[in-house]
Amino acid sequence: MGIFFQKGIHVRHNKRTSALQPVRIEHCSEVTLLMKQHIGAPCRPLVVPGDLVKVGQVIGDTDEGLAVPLHASISGRVARLEILRVVTGEDVKAVVITSDGKMTLAEDLAPPVLETQEDFFRAVRASGLVGLGGAGFPTHAKLRSAAGDADTLLVNAAECEPYITADHREALDAADDVMEGIALIARFLGIHTAVIGIENNKGDAIAKLRSLCAQASSHALKISTGILPSRYPQGAEKVFIHSLTGRVVPVGALPSAVGVLVMNLASVAFLGRYAKTGRPLISRTVTVDGSAVAKPMNVRVPIGIKLNELTEFSGQLKSAPAKIILSGPMMGTASPDLNAPISKCNNAVLLFDRAEAAVQPESACIRCGACVRGCPMKLQPLKLEAAYRAGNAAALRALCAMNCMECGCCSYVCPAKRELVQRIRLGKGILRTADTKAKADAAAPAAQKEAST
Amino acid sequence: MTPENEAVPVKHPLPASGGTQSDGSPPGALAMVSTSPHTHAHRTTRGIMLDVCAALLPALAASVYYFGTRVLAVTAVSVGCCVLFEFLSRIVMKRPQTVGDCSAAVTGLLLAYNLPATLPLWMVGFGALVAIVVVKQMFGGIGRNFVNPAIAARIVLLFSFAGPMTAWTLPTGHSWQVAPDAVASATPMAILGGGAETAGQSLPSLLQMFLGARAGSLGETCAAALLLGGLYLIVFKVISPIIPLTYLGTVAAFFFLAGGLDWRFTVYQLLGGGLLLGALFMATDYTTSPLTRKGKAIYGVGLGLLTAVIRLYGSLPEGVSFAILIMNILVPHIDALTAPIPFGKPKPPRKEGRRHAKA
Repeated sequence: MGIFFQKGIHVRHNKRTSALQPVRIEHCSEVTLLMKQHIGAPCRPLVVPGDLVKVGQVIGDTDEGLAVPLHASISGRVARLEILRVVTGEDVKAVVITSDGKMTLAEDLAPPVLETQEDFFRAVRASGLVGLGGAGFPTHAKLRSAAGDADTLLVNAAECEPYITADHREALDAADDVMEGIALIARFLGIHTAVIGIENNKGDAIAKLRSLCAQASSHALKISTGILPSRYPQGAEKVFIHSLTGRVVPVGALPSAVGVLVMNLASVAFLGRYAKTGRPLISRTVTVDGSAVAKPMNVRVPIGIKLNELTEFSGQLKSAPAKIILSGPMMGTASPDLNAPISKCNNAVLLFDRAEAAVQPESACIRCGACVRGCPMKLQPLKLEAAYRAGNAAALRALCAMNCMECGCCSYVCPAKRELVQRIRLGKGILRTADTKAKADAAAPAAQKEAST
Repeated sequence: MTPENEAVPVKHPLPASGGTQSDGSPPGALAMVSTSPHTHAHRTTRGIMLDVCAALLPALAASVYYFGTRVLAVTAVSVGCCVLFEFLSRIVMKRPQTVGDCSAAVTGLLLAYNLPATLPLWMVGFGALVAIVVVKQMFGGIGRNFVNPAIAARIVLLFSFAGPMTAWTLPTGHSWQVAPDAVASATPMAILGGGAETAGQSLPSLLQMFLGARAGSLGETCAAALLLGGLYLIVFKVISPIIPLTYLGTVAAFFFLAGGLDWRFTVYQLLGGGLLLGALFMATDYTTSPLTRKGKAIYGVGLGLLTAVIRLYGSLPEGVSFAILIMNILVPHIDALTAPIPFGKPKPPRKEGRRHAKA
């Protein structure tokens, strides 16, 4: 790669909350638990309106692919089942629980008994854990697929998105849990090397993790920190792996293909805690920030709290939010109102005022090449955009459109303000449609043949 | 009854019409929704163009100092006509107005810098017409022209009005008015080239060359001012240093070897003609230069070789314009050859033919 490959771009960090320990929301009047929190099949509600539920009680689950159980994050009464249109545009079923103000824990919460690898995978599934960094991939499935292939655990604390400091706080406030989590994963997956990758703009967290790494390392498990330059998207899985190990994940392959398992730092810390307490995933740290927020802060919220209750908690807004973003400004999704609930994978809520939300008009591409030099996947966004606009599936394929991870670097740097990643996303849609059609066409003659014989 | 049957769809209630909305938006208005990213860098096309204009100003000041106030007239006509033609073209073509991106002003400045200060003003206007209407707008406007508009216009003017375009005058010294008795002179490039008509003329000193006290196009003579502007663009990352470095490096290496390891001759070649203006401001034009770092390096070396070959063996004393024009045309091919290989994609296997040839 050499000097010709500088990964990603420099973004304005806006990390104003890294010194602020998360404030815990003690009383939340209502939570809305979406039955679909991440990829995979949606859960089926296991409660009906009127049921009394306790904190940590399973309220949704399914046997279908990739699902993990969903737990009540507060105690109280199931008020209703709703169908909510979420930010992705899907209609998703949700269980609404009204608080009884007591936060009574379910009685059957106990530390899991972990003897075999299968015990471990089952426990991870039962904990309801999905990747807390944002992608939300169910952790048990990730661990299962990595078992046997992975020789190295990479803990992702890069947190390269602007504003967000949730993982930074976790590294500072729950560093012991992180070490325990690493030890646990290493034990059950037979891993002997773990590296915590962290960007160099988090000096205090690096110092803390370094000292703990030295203590926690043994001859069977070597834990170290890997300091990364603060460049976006340093935390993107393939970029992260390459930065820390020099290994290149082939197009279309998973990290286990190069022998690594990547897990978000908050997920690892959660596993460390879960093994001790048996408390499932019912809360998470969320950074509340943005130009419309008067007092930026980190908040420990119950999963399912709605944004209006969260923003009420975080205090008076400077102005009406002109844009509401769930997760980071580079890859997060915008919500039209504050009626959206926090899901397991939201690490931030950003409220932008009009000036920050303003979108500048697009103008013609001047071929400055900033998008090409900024692309961490070494694609050519300007050519992909042209191919999309021409509806040219062959060109989109040749330019590896599917390898785009939609990090948004190209759109961020474009001086002509062209919506590059947005059109590449649509281009991927063209390719998917073309693939489905090709499959159908291939199947059709075969079916005809069968019918005639 | 399964629980699913009881699920009721909810309409999104509008946000409460609180009293906090001091920005005048109607209470209950929905927030803006768009796909990510939700934040952008501050740099804009217009900002880039204004940076280039700013970087060109020191050379303009030096030019006025050396060639008198007529420099301002030529520059004003060139910039004014370029902007006007851009404005009118967009109206005639019924396309969105782009005059606000200031790219026409940059073309105007660069065109003026490539002309002698004594050129009749109507010829300047004609050059602007060629640059903006023919080379830029007829191919679709900003980002679409396949050659640099100012370079193409200069070459058209050179062939159309060879006399006035090569009527060089020596700097008039500290004169703030049009110099009617300006001394005609050959450029250092012509003197180095050793034509019969330059016999008896002496070369300016290297210091004069560096400061710009020599005959030449109005914006190309002051190396100090051009380097200052170029440095500004490189420091603020408007341009990458790769093209200027490879271009100048190739020219330097070529003349150092061709001139029998004579460093003075090499420095004259670097400071002479339009090389610095071309290398820093014309060859680095985004639209007509390669996208990748590798491509830029190839482009720069190509420019250097062409410039040197034209200067050394061509019948023209100066080769920068033609080198840039020719390399501009090759840019799509350089881009195709240096396209980045997507991350994680196996490198394309070597061509079949080669393997067979070995076997």
